[in-house]
Amino acid sequence: KNSFGLCCHEITHIFHSTDFEVHRNWLAITHSLPVSKWYHESTSEWTLDYPPLFAWFEYGLSHVAQHFDKKMLVVQNLGYASPATVLFQRLSVIATDVVFIYAVRECCRSVREEKGSKDLLVRPYFILAALLLWNYGLLIVDHIHFQYNGFLCGILLLSVARHLQGRHLEGAFLFAVLLNLKHIYLYIAPAYGIFLLRSYCFTKDNTDGSVRWSSLSLVRLIALGSIVISVCALSFGPFIAMGQLPQVLSRLFPFKRGLCHAYWAPNIWALYNVVDKALSVLGLRLKLLANLPKASMTGGLVQEFQHSVLPSVSPSATLICTLVSILPAVLSIWRCPRGARGFLRCLVVCALCSFMFGWHVHEKAILMAILPLSVLAVESREDAGIFLMLATTGHYSLFPLLFTATEMPTKVLLILLFTLYSFTSLKKLFRGFLLNTLEVTYLLGLIAVEIICEVVYPLLPWKQTLPFVTLLAKSVYCSLGVSYSFIRLYLSILRPTDKPKEL
Amino acid sequence: MDTWSLLSICVLLGLTTRWAVSLNSYSGAGKPPMFGDYEAQRHWQEITYNLPVHEWYFNTTDNNLNYWGLDYPPLTAYHSLLCGHVASLINPDWVELHTSQGFESSAHKLFMRATVLIADLLMYVPAVVLYCFYLSEGSNRKKVCLVLCILLYPGLILIDYGHFQYNSISLGLALWGVLGLGLGWDMLGSLAFVLAVNYKQMELYHSLPFFCYLLGKCFKQGMAGRGLFLLVKIAVTVLVTFTLCWLPFLTDPGQVLQVLHRLFPVGRGLFEVLCGNLHSFYLAATLLAALPSSIKLLTKPTLWQFKLALVNSSLAFFLFSFQVHEKSILLPALPVCLLLGDLPLPAVWFLQASTFSMLPLFLKDGLFVPYAVTSSAFVFYSVYLLSALEHSSEEELQLKSLSLLPFLSQSPGQFYLSVAAMAGLSFMSVALAPPARLPDLFPLLVSVFSFLHFLGLLLYFNVVQIAEPPSPRRKNPKKTE
Repeated sequence: KNSFGLCCHEITHIFHSTDFEVHRNWLAITHSLPVSKWYHESTSEWTLDYPPLFAWFEYGLSHVAQHFDKKMLVVQNLGYASPATVLFQRLSVIATDVVFIYAVRECCRSVREEKGSKDLLVRPYFILAALLLWNYGLLIVDHIHFQYNGFLCGILLLSVARHLQGRHLEGAFLFAVLLNLKHIYLYIAPAYGIFLLRSYCFTKDNTDGSVRWSSLSLVRLIALGSIVISVCALSFGPFIAMGQLPQVLSRLFPFKRGLCHAYWAPNIWALYNVVDKALSVLGLRLKLLANLPKASMTGGLVQEFQHSVLPSVSPSATLICTLVSILPAVLSIWRCPRGARGFLRCLVVCALCSFMFGWHVHEKAILMAILPLSVLAVESREDAGIFLMLATTGHYSLFPLLFTATEMPTKVLLILLFTLYSFTSLKKLFRGFLLNTLEVTYLLGLIAVEIICEVVYPLLPWKQTLPFVTLLAKSVYCSLGVSYSFIRLYLSILRPTDKPKEL
Repeated sequence: MDTWSLLSICVLLGLTTRWAVSLNSYSGAGKPPMFGDYEAQRHWQEITYNLPVHEWYFNTTDNNLNYWGLDYPPLTAYHSLLCGHVASLINPDWVELHTSQGFESSAHKLFMRATVLIADLLMYVPAVVLYCFYLSEGSNRKKVCLVLCILLYPGLILIDYGHFQYNSISLGLALWGVLGLGLGWDMLGSLAFVLAVNYKQMELYHSLPFFCYLLGKCFKQGMAGRGLFLLVKIAVTVLVTFTLCWLPFLTDPGQVLQVLHRLFPVGRGLFEVLCGNLHSFYLAATLLAALPSSIKLLTKPTLWQFKLALVNSSLAFFLFSFQVHEKSILLPALPVCLLLGDLPLPAVWFLQASTFSMLPLFLKDGLFVPYAVTSSAFVFYSVYLLSALEHSSEEELQLKSLSLLPFLSQSPGQFYLSVAAMAGLSFMSVALAPPARLPDLFPLLVSVFSFLHFLGLLLYFNVVQIAEPPSPRRKNPKKTE
C-alpha cells in the first residue's frame, strides 16, 4: 500500500516555476558561500527567507547536487536550469517525500477503526492513506509547482501521529524541528504549547475536568523545554554567535509585501478587498464620495494595498486578528482538554485562522489545514463533511497556480480523481450523505465558476479592460466556502458536549 | 465502493497517465530536416487540407512523396483532413502548404496531443470498458481492475502519446470488431474491423483470425442454409465498407493502384514478388507459423480460440515478416491485453517484454523517464491487482495435459528474473556508453532478449490454443454475470 503512494509521486513533469529557481539559488548560496554570508546574500531577488535549519538542509542537499551539475551551485547563474539540475531537484523532492510516506503510515496506524471486517477499499486506514498520499494540493504544489511541502507536511503529520500515539516528547521534538525549517508553523505553535502544557505537564485533572495546579510535573516541563531550546539553539546558534540575529529575523519576516498575494488566497481579506471595492464603486455612483485614491490591489506581486472606503489593513492588524481568533480555540483545550484528538482539532483551527486572517497568505497554506483534517475526517462523520467542503474548495483555489493550457488537463483530471475518490470513499465509510443540499449546490457552483472563467469570459469583450475579474471571482467564491468550513470547525471545537469516542 | 465510481477513477487514472506522458518530447522533436512521426502527421494534415483528393497519394510539385508521403489507407487521410480543418481554425500557419514544414511550437504540440487524447477517448477507452464489462469474467471488482491494467499498458501510451501516432484509433476499431464478434453481432464486428484495416494496413495482421473465425462460424451453421446466408451478409458488409472508404479513389483505377503501391511498397510488378523474391520466402514462413492456429480456429470458432488466434497470428506475422517496424508489436499486444483476465502471468510477461523491446525507440525520442515510470507502474499494478503470480499453477496456465514442461512450475521466479534483467538492461542502455567496437551493443541485446521472449511466448500461446480439447469449453464466451 505504501508503494502505491510512491507511484503517484513518480509522475514527475518537467515544469519550471519560480520556486524552482528559488531553491536552486539557495543550494548555490549554502554551498558556495560561508555561513556568515547566507543571510546577507542578495544577488538574486529570491533571498533566503526560511529559518537556518532549512538552510542546513539545503547545504546537505548541495553536496549531493554537485555530482549532478556543478554549475547550478554558482550563485551568479541566475535562472540556470539544465536537465541535470531539474532532474536533481525533482529527485530530491521525491527522496524527501519518503518522510511523508512514513508519516502517513504512522498516522494511519493511529486511526481508530470500527470493529467488523470490511474490504480493503473502505477501511479508514486505506482511505486516509489515499487521501493523504494522493492529496491533490500536495501533488500540484510539490511536484508541479515545486516545493518541499511533502517533506515538511510529513514532519508535521509525524508529529501529530506521535501525539496520537501518546509519544509526546517525540512529537514536541519533531515540531521544534519543523518550526526551525519553516517558520510559518509558528501559527500553530499555540496549539502545541497549550496542549503540551495542559495535558502533558499537568499529569492529573480535577474531577470536574479543570486543571489541578499541584500536579505540575517539573520533570516533564524541563524535558520539553530543553528539547525545544536545544533544537532552536542548533539551528539559530551559529547566527546568534555571529550577532546576525536581527538580519536573520528581518529576512524571515519581510512585512514589506502586500496584504494579499498576487493570486488572492481565499481568505477574509479577499472578501474585505472586494467589499471595499464594491463600496467605493457604489459610493462614486451615488455621489457620496468624491475623488477617491484609485485603489490598486491587483497589480504585481508586492504592491501595497490602499483601501478606499474601509480602513487599510496593516501587518500588526492582521496579527492581532489572528491572535484574537486563535484565543477561544486555545482556551477551550485548556479548560476541557479532549486528549490528542482535541489537540488535533485545535491545530486545524489555528492553521485555518492563520489562513483566514494572516498577512500575505499564499493559497498553498490551505494545505496546512487540509492534511491534518484528513485524519479527523476518517473518524467522525461531521468532520468528514467539513473536510469535503474545505478540501474541494481549497484544492480548487489552487487552480491559478497552474495557468498554462498544457497543464489544464492535468489539473482537471487530478482534481476530478481526488474529489471523486474522497466523496465516494467517505460516503461509503459513513454510510450516507455527508453534505446537505446547500453545500452540494455550492460545490457544483465551483464547476460553473470554472467554466465561466475559462470558457465564457475570454469570449467577452471585457477581457481586455478587466483581466483580473476571473481571479477575483474564483478567489471570492472560494473564500465563501473556506469561511463556511472555518466557522463549522470552530463551532465543533467550542461545543462543550463531545461524543465519548473523541477522547 | 460503487462499481461506476471505481471505474471512473480507473479511467481518470488512465487518462492522467496518458496526458502526463504526452507532456514529454515527441519523435523528431527539433531534428531537421526530416523530423519524425509527429511532423509526418502534421504534414498529412497539411496535404489533405490543401490538396484535392486525387493528389494525396501522387508525387506532384505540391506533394513530395519523399517527405513523409501518405502511406496509410484512406481513413487516415480523412482523419488528417478533419484535424487539418480544426487546425486551420485555430491557427492557419500550422497547415499552410509548404511554409508549415517543420513547424514546431508549444501551442501546436498541445493541439496535436489533444487530437490523440480525443481520438483515444472516443475510440479506444470505451471499447476497453465495454470489453471488460461484457466479455470478460469475474466479479465487478475484477473487471474494473482489468480496465485499469489494460489502460495502463505502457507500450500504447508511449507510442501514441510520446512518439506520436494514432494507434488508439486502429486498435480501438479492431477491439470494437472483437466486441462485435464476441457479442454475436457479426456484421457490426466485421464493419469495425474493415474500418480498422482501412485506417492502418498493419491491421491485416489480425485479418486471418477474423476471417477464419467468421468462416468457421458459417461452416458450423451449415453451408446449406444459415451459414451461407451469414457468409453472404458478411461479404456484402465488407465489400460495401471498402467501397465507401475508397469511394473518392474508385473513379480511376490508376488511383487505386497508386494507393496500393503506397501502402505496400513492394516494387512494381506483382510478378517479381511471386517469383522467388525474398518477400515470398518471408510470406511463406509467416503463413506457415500462423497456419496451425488458424486451422484450429476454423474448426472451433469460439471467442476464447479467437482471442488466442489473434495473438498467435499477429505475433507470427511480427516475428517472421519482412521489414517489420518495432512499433508493430502493438498489434499482438492488443489481443494479449484481452487475455490479461484469463492468463495474467504470461500476458503481463508479454506486455512487459513488448514495451521493453521498443526501448531503443524511446531512447531516441527522449522518453526514458516515462518509459521507466509507466513500465514499473504497469508491472506492479497488474501483478498486484490481477494476482498474476498466484494464478500460475499448471492448471491455470492451461498446461494440464502437458506435464512435460516442468520448468514452467518456476514461472514466478523466472518472471522476476526476466523483469529484473529488463530493468537492468534498460538502465545500462541509458547510463553506460557501449564499447567502441560494438556501438549497437545495447539495442542488439534488447532485440535478442525480446525476440527470445516473443518466440517462447508464441510457442506457449500456440500450445494453449491447439492443445485445447475439441469438446465444449469450460468457459462461456458470452457474459456470464
